[in-house]
Amino acid sequence: METIQEKTYRRSLEVDPVRRLTQKKIEDIHSKSCELLNDPGITCFSQKVSEIYRQAGCKTEEKEPGTSWTVRIPEEVVAGALKTVPSRIVLGARDPENALLLDAEKPHVYFGTGSETNIFLESRLESFRSEQNPEHKITYPVYHEARGNVARLALSARLCNELENIDFFIRNVNLQDEGITEDNKDVNVFFASLLFMTKHVQAGITNIDKLDDVLKMARIIAGGEEALRENPLISFIACPIKSPLQMVEDTAEKVVEIVQTGLPLVLSSSPQGGSTAPVQEEGIVAQINAEILANIVLTQAVKPGAPVLYGAVPVRARTDNLHDFYGAPEFIHYNMDCAQMARYYGVPCYSSAGVGDAKRPGIQAMMEKVPVQMGVASAGPQYIHYAVGLLDRTNIFSPLQAVLDDASLGLIKDILRRPRFNEENTEEAVQEIRKVTASSGIFARYMRKQLRRGVVSEPYAFADDEVADTVLEQAQERLDEITADTGEMLPQEKIDRLYRELPGLLDLNRFIKTE
Amino acid sequence: MSKDDILAQIENTIIMGHLDESDEGFDGDLEGTPGTIELVEKALKDGIEPGKILEAFNSAMDVVGKKFEEGEYLLPDMLAGAECVGEAMDIVEPYLMGKNEQKKGKFLIATVKGDLHDIGKNIVITMLKGAGYEVNDLGIDVPVEKIVETVKEYKPDYLGLSALLTTTMIEMEKVIKAVREAGFEDVKIFVGGAPTSPEFAKKIGATEHCYDAFEVVEKLATYKKAG
Repeated sequence: METIQEKTYRRSLEVDPVRRLTQKKIEDIHSKSCELLNDPGITCFSQKVSEIYRQAGCKTEEKEPGTSWTVRIPEEVVAGALKTVPSRIVLGARDPENALLLDAEKPHVYFGTGSETNIFLESRLESFRSEQNPEHKITYPVYHEARGNVARLALSARLCNELENIDFFIRNVNLQDEGITEDNKDVNVFFASLLFMTKHVQAGITNIDKLDDVLKMARIIAGGEEALRENPLISFIACPIKSPLQMVEDTAEKVVEIVQTGLPLVLSSSPQGGSTAPVQEEGIVAQINAEILANIVLTQAVKPGAPVLYGAVPVRARTDNLHDFYGAPEFIHYNMDCAQMARYYGVPCYSSAGVGDAKRPGIQAMMEKVPVQMGVASAGPQYIHYAVGLLDRTNIFSPLQAVLDDASLGLIKDILRRPRFNEENTEEAVQEIRKVTASSGIFARYMRKQLRRGVVSEPYAFADDEVADTVLEQAQERLDEITADTGEMLPQEKIDRLYRELPGLLDLNRFIKTE
Repeated sequence: MSKDDILAQIENTIIMGHLDESDEGFDGDLEGTPGTIELVEKALKDGIEPGKILEAFNSAMDVVGKKFEEGEYLLPDMLAGAECVGEAMDIVEPYLMGKNEQKKGKFLIATVKGDLHDIGKNIVITMLKGAGYEVNDLGIDVPVEKIVETVKEYKPDYLGLSALLTTTMIEMEKVIKAVREAGFEDVKIFVGGAPTSPEFAKKIGATEHCYDAFEVVEKLATYKKAG
């Protein structure tokens, strides 16, 4: 039966999910995860959080006096938490047509940005002549590594707002301005992200004491408390887990505070197979699943019904330097498995795809990203982050790479979309075949109906009839075209109010005072 | 309906690619309304000059061509329009006999011997008819002898040869040699098909190589009607 996407939400990629794990394997993993949650249990470094677990029915005992506690989570407590955790989450947006519906039971996939890169890779085209033969000339990008700052985060958001296949925005540039401190970083992250962004915005919270300022900003932009509840245009990410099976004090206590806002929260865990988790699939998946279940139990204990995402970022270690190896086939396997586990529990899945080792846009970057994006998306997680613009693992954000990734995602969405044929369409096709075989022998005119239906895909955005490969050249030209535009800025009165009422916002007048 | 109205509607149906009543047209909502075929039949029945009808065809195809160049129309839309003209021409042609209305030229076309592929050839035929050429299609797997015999009888201005297989493109050289040896030096010979190339065309003595149906029509426009 065909699933019909609600009209009020941003169109997602609807897949027929690839099921890497059988039902028995899923149940085995669940069983093993529950064993791990009891033996060895979670080592929690926050007394406050350990107490929350205890009150929720877990067994806790002091491990290192005053420093850490072992928390053993019974299976029935896990089951109880899974009963209250919502299976549908709405992530709102400044433009309500960009709101996302994450439904754990529906493999409807969205793609977005991620990481918090230190380097913003600027690019422009230059012409080069061959030293051997000056008649041979090519046009190619040259690059400049700039430090991430508020202005570049805003630029990144402005670009990502215009890219068609990016569905949400996770702040992706680290603010390294002189005026940024622990007290004002969060408001500046969200302000720079929201200034030009009409899609959903998500970020972590550096200083929990400033959470209220961020919420105030969101209310001003949304149009009030009630408006924000109905259209939660921001959400948060927290990673309280330090693999293997440890919960850090600072972030775990942030989780407790954030959950109480009622806004959606990604609870992530990011074990590295081969260093902080087993490298074999069954091992790392059992471990990360246990860690995420522990996260879910915590949030539901604080506030039953709190909207949280199953935040899985399992990655494999490289064997030469133990860095994260995002382009590994194992990465795809781990993430596909986690998508199934999330669906088994009825929790929307936050996943990852689109990171590689390449430091510049090109063939290596493409080969590291596209197979992973396709593989992970085929499993149907609802929310794939890291998908756009990243190079050198998660250290560089490249606007040019973002444009290229956007084009790749367009292709991937066409490749993976569910079959659209039903009995009526099949009969119509048979009639078409009969008509054409009796007449011109060409089906071209009948393609028009299918074009109107949207079942005929577009060619690759940067395909060219030229002999030379002009992908990078075309992508840079597209990037220049987008960044020359003013973007969809927040209304001036809201900007003025934000500057008046929120302390610590850095000056972004360079963008605000346009024309 | 006045004669001008009928001609305007003929133009519109061609632009919409609305061949006949059963066709949906460009926007998908024309099914059940008269298409090009029905309107051309009515036009002839109402005594409209065949020449005026041809003018409507040309005018409509100019619009279709412009929309294609501007990106509003894709190839299926353009072919739909060309197909309307092609099919309608079959209806109008008998009324042109003995009149001064002239086609742009006569085009004989075939897929050479050993090759059964014809989709590219058929698209070329549709475009040629849409552009106002008279087309004689010999079909597929056509031996040299048959092509030469038809050239003698039909006296085309142009001969088009199509091949999709590298093994059969060699046959093209045989055809060209035979046509020239039969004394038909003035026939412009066009070759096309995936394995062919401008270099190959030059090597075998063809007049033109064309990558696709558009190039055929473009290159034909540079020639005056022979004879």
